[in-house]
Amino acid sequence: MTTAPALTGALAAHPALNQWVAFPAPGQVTVRTGKVEIGQGVLTAMLQLAAEELDVAPARIAVSSGDTDLTPNEGFTAGSQSMQFGGVALRQACAEVRALFLRRAAERLGCAAADLTIADGRFLLRGAPTGEDYWALSSVVGLDSQATGVVSRKPAADYTVVGHDTARLDLPAKVFGAPAFIHDLVMPGMRHARAVRQPRRGAAIEKIDEAAIRRAARGAIEFVRHGNFLAIVGDDETAVDAAAVAAETHVRWAGVEPINPQQQQASSLLQQPTLDRTIGAPPSDASGRAAYHEATYSRGYLAHASIAPSCALAEFRDGHLTVWTHAQGVFPLREALAQSLGLAPEKISVRHVQGPGCYGHNGADDVAADAAIIAVQKPGTPIRVRWRREEEFAFEPVSPAMMVKVRAALDDAGRPVDWTAEIWSGTHSARPGSGNLLAAQALPNPPPDHPPADVPDAGGGGATRNGTPLYEMAGKRIIHHLVPETPVRTSALRGLGAMPNVFAIECFIDELAERAGEDPVRYRLAITADPRARAVIERVARMAAWQASAPAGGGRGRGIGFARYKDRAAYAAVVAELEADEAIRLTRMWCAADVGLAVNPDGAINQLEGGMIQAASWVLKEQVRLEASGIASRDWESYPILRFSEVPEIAVELIAGDSDVPLGAGEATAGPTAAAIGNAVAHALGTRIRDLPLTRERIMATLLAGG
Amino acid sequence: MAGPIELTVNGRAVKVTVANDDTPLLAVLRNELGLVGTRFGCGLEQCGCCMVLIDGAPVKSCAKPAWSVAGKSVTTVEGLGTPERPHPLQQALLDAQAGQCGYCLSGILICAKALLDRNPAPTRAEIAQALDDNLCRCGSHNRILRAVEKAAAVQREAAR
Repeated sequence: MTTAPALTGALAAHPALNQWVAFPAPGQVTVRTGKVEIGQGVLTAMLQLAAEELDVAPARIAVSSGDTDLTPNEGFTAGSQSMQFGGVALRQACAEVRALFLRRAAERLGCAAADLTIADGRFLLRGAPTGEDYWALSSVVGLDSQATGVVSRKPAADYTVVGHDTARLDLPAKVFGAPAFIHDLVMPGMRHARAVRQPRRGAAIEKIDEAAIRRAARGAIEFVRHGNFLAIVGDDETAVDAAAVAAETHVRWAGVEPINPQQQQASSLLQQPTLDRTIGAPPSDASGRAAYHEATYSRGYLAHASIAPSCALAEFRDGHLTVWTHAQGVFPLREALAQSLGLAPEKISVRHVQGPGCYGHNGADDVAADAAIIAVQKPGTPIRVRWRREEEFAFEPVSPAMMVKVRAALDDAGRPVDWTAEIWSGTHSARPGSGNLLAAQALPNPPPDHPPADVPDAGGGGATRNGTPLYEMAGKRIIHHLVPETPVRTSALRGLGAMPNVFAIECFIDELAERAGEDPVRYRLAITADPRARAVIERVARMAAWQASAPAGGGRGRGIGFARYKDRAAYAAVVAELEADEAIRLTRMWCAADVGLAVNPDGAINQLEGGMIQAASWVLKEQVRLEASGIASRDWESYPILRFSEVPEIAVELIAGDSDVPLGAGEATAGPTAAAIGNAVAHALGTRIRDLPLTRERIMATLLAGG
Repeated sequence: MAGPIELTVNGRAVKVTVANDDTPLLAVLRNELGLVGTRFGCGLEQCGCCMVLIDGAPVKSCAKPAWSVAGKSVTTVEGLGTPERPHPLQQALLDAQAGQCGYCLSGILICAKALLDRNPAPTRAEIAQALDDNLCRCGSHNRILRAVEKAAAVQREAAR
């Protein structure tokens, strides 16, 4: 049996087993997780872990998730950590429950616990039925006892559910058009509402032309105002929407400072004041070597561009506020709402309901704040707020623009011996925990602006995430320039700084390989010691039938990219193949990944492929556009994403890791994909473009410049 | 144009009151008829989440005035099949586990149904082109394309 580690993570904070597992009725099991479904299939994987450790058929298990009244507080569902931490906690809790029941059953049966096995919840003595099961024993086994951490989990060799492809629990409702999303939630007496967005922090309402807005609504509406927070409420959603559109022109605001649209360019970061620090090894003797290479890469601001705008419901009844949300963290949201509304946290319940695919800190928390503020103003009435598409694009926090300058000293063979990455970026972390609810800024006593900070390095870093290569060399360091003032609000998007950093590192490595006259795959293997890293690079090269001798500049290209996410999670290597003239057509992509224990292999492959397609979209098409009044790219025409006919065929293979620990899959492929495309474009064109996105305009400009 | 209109939804004759001539079909389906399977995506006719069939043709319902479908036949995702009797496209999506968040799938099912109705044996490229009006942000495209190919094959087999 595997030796269990001491209690870690959420199980240490919530050791009572009844917080995790319940037997509510004969034949039924409920497990609870603080992690939430955001389109990644996490609830299915949690169910698998519970079924495996309890030895109960998956069909008997219901998963309850993300509810401040019911589930453990597991912070945010983010950073590809749900399996690595949340899953491991739930798995250990289930193993402990199983051991408790086995011990009690053995006492009742007068046998040794080791002689008992469990089949679909029924206890067998040397294979024969005993009449005992979880449900019969649940009245005599106290689940209020605490997890000990010393109970062993099932050894991986005995898995029958974990590690096997499992159909997603949530998919049928979505395929048959059943109510599946928070947008579909209807409550008796529910009214629709829209906030009139404060254009900028500190802006004040000067004049409201209520009559004009009512005319535009063409239906009954009312106004709710609290400080500079203004909302429109009504029974007819169409009327409320129309009023919200009209309010953009019929509410006059004072104190709206224009922004400089030039700041949409990442290069503008270099002109901003910064907070600087250096992490990693001090410069070594090798840093001053005569042979060196230096290059600078950039990426603009990115939108989450979730397929639907954010939505929330809230009801304030008898002094208690209940909020339904698709935010990534119900407990942090409750904390932020309590601060903003002046309510005690125990007077607020926050419940997760599934929403459109979520890739980070989008408008979900903010729309929940809108609904909560309005609900408190209108006690007893359930309030539903759904942002407009344009509102989501214009007001969700975006992923910050980044500049990455790499300089490496080289040895006589052209291999890097000393590496410095200089990174400029706004923050990747402005989650609600830091007091950043949009509507709160419009309330009578807005919270102070939070001090600029990025994700701590212990949490994987924000702008510095994957900031240094995994490759072997004597010295590596990062000079991090945090840009505190950005023209628009920035926060966490899938992988944070990993995509631009891996793009920079892996393009740079290709440049070094070219300089050394070596094949990119061979060059990487020559400076890679980690066997799991070597394995994914070698596998993807085999999958793509990588040819070392393919000439550059012929209009067709292929490139490779590799990273270990956060330097401590999943390994992924990607090869991209494409055609490039003035535009780019992706033809094929391949990925080999080691995600440790893949709880649901098909689910992991789905996530890895999804990450590749989204990254391809970022790299080829996406950049938030600014104008003086804020974000200008407010619809799918001005913020295009990859469409069906532009998506290449993709093959993904998992390499069985040597570990029983799941490492998370959702964010592992973005960086390697971006780099593989960047390197393939350089291969196809015979010239390198270091600034993203790789749009037609940028390619034309590069070709015309004779680059 | 405000007032009561009659139309057929998923084979059933219904009479609904339209608040005014801006009221989109999507709002009537979701808020009056409780058919929430047709999802709101953008309200700008740009993403395809809200697609329905109107007399067999795929149409984005988020900005389509409800009055304009009076007397017409509307099919929504709920009208394609049920868990007990799934449409081949629904079964194929489930078999392929073709979805991540699944928000785009209603519109994609409708668009794919319209394609197979007019072209029972589309190529992969024809399917992709037909679905170019439907956005998917999670990156389930390839699974969806394979599922539509599979459903087409199943339908052709059933028709033999």
